[in-house]
Amino acid sequence: MNKSDLIIKIANLNPSIYQKDATKIVNVFFETITKALSKNERVELRGFGVFDVKKRKARIARNPKNGAAVAVPAKNVPYFRMGKGMKDRLNK
Amino acid sequence: MKKTWTRNDIIEAISDNVGISLTESSTMIEEIFEFILSELEKGYDVKISSFGTFSVRHKKTRIGRNPKTGIEVPINERNVVTFSSSNVLKSYFK
Repeated sequence: MNKSDLIIKIANLNPSIYQKDATKIVNVFFETITKALSKNERVELRGFGVFDVKKRKARIARNPKNGAAVAVPAKNVPYFRMGKGMKDRLNK
Repeated sequence: MKKTWTRNDIIEAISDNVGISLTESSTMIEEIFEFILSELEKGYDVKISSFGTFSVRHKKTRIGRNPKTGIEVPINERNVVTFSSSNVLKSYFK
């Protein structure tokens, strides 16, 4: 499923709101997580999971085609770890 | 110490931006979680454009080892969720 399916689902579950608002709700939800992560902050959603930013060290990688060494600089990457609620739901 | 955002921060953000009550916002967040979880439970990927994709992977049973004692322990088969962030999300970390 994708974001529009999610928007439709939220709109259907809440007949009192406009689809436009459902769109906004879903967008603000993901934008808020993005905003937190971009400030290098953690988002902990009990029963769902945790979004956090991990540091990757600088390393020397190789171009698999010609074997040339390429320096990869240190960087931060967003990552997600599932929470207990999710784990339990998927392992019944 | 870095800040940890919780459900409440997101509930407030939605309530402020959309102009709905905190109660409504809280209900809808739970509906978002529930929908994502139920799709993953069915084995479907959940793709959120400009954010990322959640997908379920099945891990087979394997033999692990307690790193402290060296004793071998079986790790049961299980399902895990992986998240791959979209390029839009990654672009915040350049």
